[in-house]
Amino acid sequence: MESLFDLRALADRLPQAPVDLAVIVESLPQMLDGLVLTLELTLLSLAIGFAASLGLVMLRLSHNALLWMPVYGFVFFFRGTPLLVQIFLIYYGSGQFRLELTEIGLWAWFRDAYFCAVLTLTLNTAAYTTEILRGAIRAVPHGEVEAARACGMSGSLLYRRIILPKAFRFALPAYSNEVVFLFQATSLVSIITLMDLTGVARTLVSKTFDVYEIYITAGLLYLVVTYGILGIFRTVERRWSGHLRARPDEARKRRDPLAGIATPMS
Amino acid sequence: MLQGWGDEILRGLGMTVLVGLCALALAILLGLLGSWAKLSRSTALRALATLYTTVVRGVPELLLLLIVYYGTPTAIQSFATYLGHDIRIDFNPFIAGVSTIGVIYGAFATEVFRGAFLALDKGQQEAARAVGMGRVLAFRRIVLPQVWRFALPGLGNLWLVLIKATALISVIQLTELLRWSDIAARNTREPFTFFFVAACLYLLITLVSQVALQRAEAWANRGIRRG
Repeated sequence: MESLFDLRALADRLPQAPVDLAVIVESLPQMLDGLVLTLELTLLSLAIGFAASLGLVMLRLSHNALLWMPVYGFVFFFRGTPLLVQIFLIYYGSGQFRLELTEIGLWAWFRDAYFCAVLTLTLNTAAYTTEILRGAIRAVPHGEVEAARACGMSGSLLYRRIILPKAFRFALPAYSNEVVFLFQATSLVSIITLMDLTGVARTLVSKTFDVYEIYITAGLLYLVVTYGILGIFRTVERRWSGHLRARPDEARKRRDPLAGIATPMS
Repeated sequence: MLQGWGDEILRGLGMTVLVGLCALALAILLGLLGSWAKLSRSTALRALATLYTTVVRGVPELLLLLIVYYGTPTAIQSFATYLGHDIRIDFNPFIAGVSTIGVIYGAFATEVFRGAFLALDKGQQEAARAVGMGRVLAFRRIVLPQVWRFALPGLGNLWLVLIKATALISVIQLTELLRWSDIAARNTREPFTFFFVAACLYLLITLVSQVALQRAEAWANRGIRRG
């Protein structure tokens, strides 16, 4: 009887097999290494980008034009241009200012593809997240803010206790989309030579020419993680927003026909 | 400032818009088919459409592009070898790009149209059938003209994302906006200048599209009373 792990022997006995299982088994460890880098880039950029967007959204909502206009410009630029252009602008574009960057000691950073990838992905997700949070904060009912003020809350206490907890709940569905898009967008870093999952797959294909086996395995890994992320967010949403969920009969009555559309720019 | 690369960049801009429009047309076609399958009574069709949208949303665009661009010639060649022919095929990057982007955004268009079809008033279709229109005629006269109204905001959003996604096709050497900027950047050794120009042109496309979309929405809603 064949062991489950002896896929190679199994594959050898299937000469007409449409895909070469042995190739997949052999390349899997390298691809998993690539997936680790993909996840590392995603989580690092998301963490820094989210923290930055918390500050940026405060500036964006300020009434002082000197504060909100630069943030508006930043968000407009990063949401309106392709991520690939942004990556090229930072990774290759920094070369144009090599002398200046060397002088202030930053050239060693900008020469590094990993740093440039994290920087670009962070700026990109910060811009999208700022916009998501802006919409969510503005959706907090004004009456609740007034009530909190009447109770004597102000400034940071008001934000910490009333506005942000509510806004995070509103923002969750859109933010889960943003996380999935950023996770998939990390595949672009393979173009600037990083060995993420797509980078590993491209290298393996250029060596072995097993286009299907390798790209489809990589695709399946992305697919599994994507739906894993969506599953986690659904669980969090049920926890956090359970009390806001409509009763099943009500939900059916006022079902929004456009609900559930995943729009990258909403 | 552009050191004579201005006309190439403009040609690239034209190519980007052309690729975008062709991919949009394909996406709309696939979206109509996909939403029809998703709303059909056949379980097999519904499953097929769900498989399509699930796979496309779960896999990065770049990977799908590589699968289509490198995978299709390989598939055709191995099929030819199987039949006893030995042929070599180079896949046209324009067709590979348009079909990949079209297929990806077709999945998003499927959801847009599904929502739009569900937003239609069922009574109108029943009325159309009652006055003797066949299914196709009722679809053409009653459903399709109204679907656009509900689908337009979603499609507009889709277009804005799609046009940015076309930048990926530069990876398979299609000479669109980003590819020409890249070539100019290498030749002049001024990468920042040229990638910044490219970024500004993408912003320009976005701005022009937004104005056009506002007009289109106003036009599509011209028969609707507001307030």
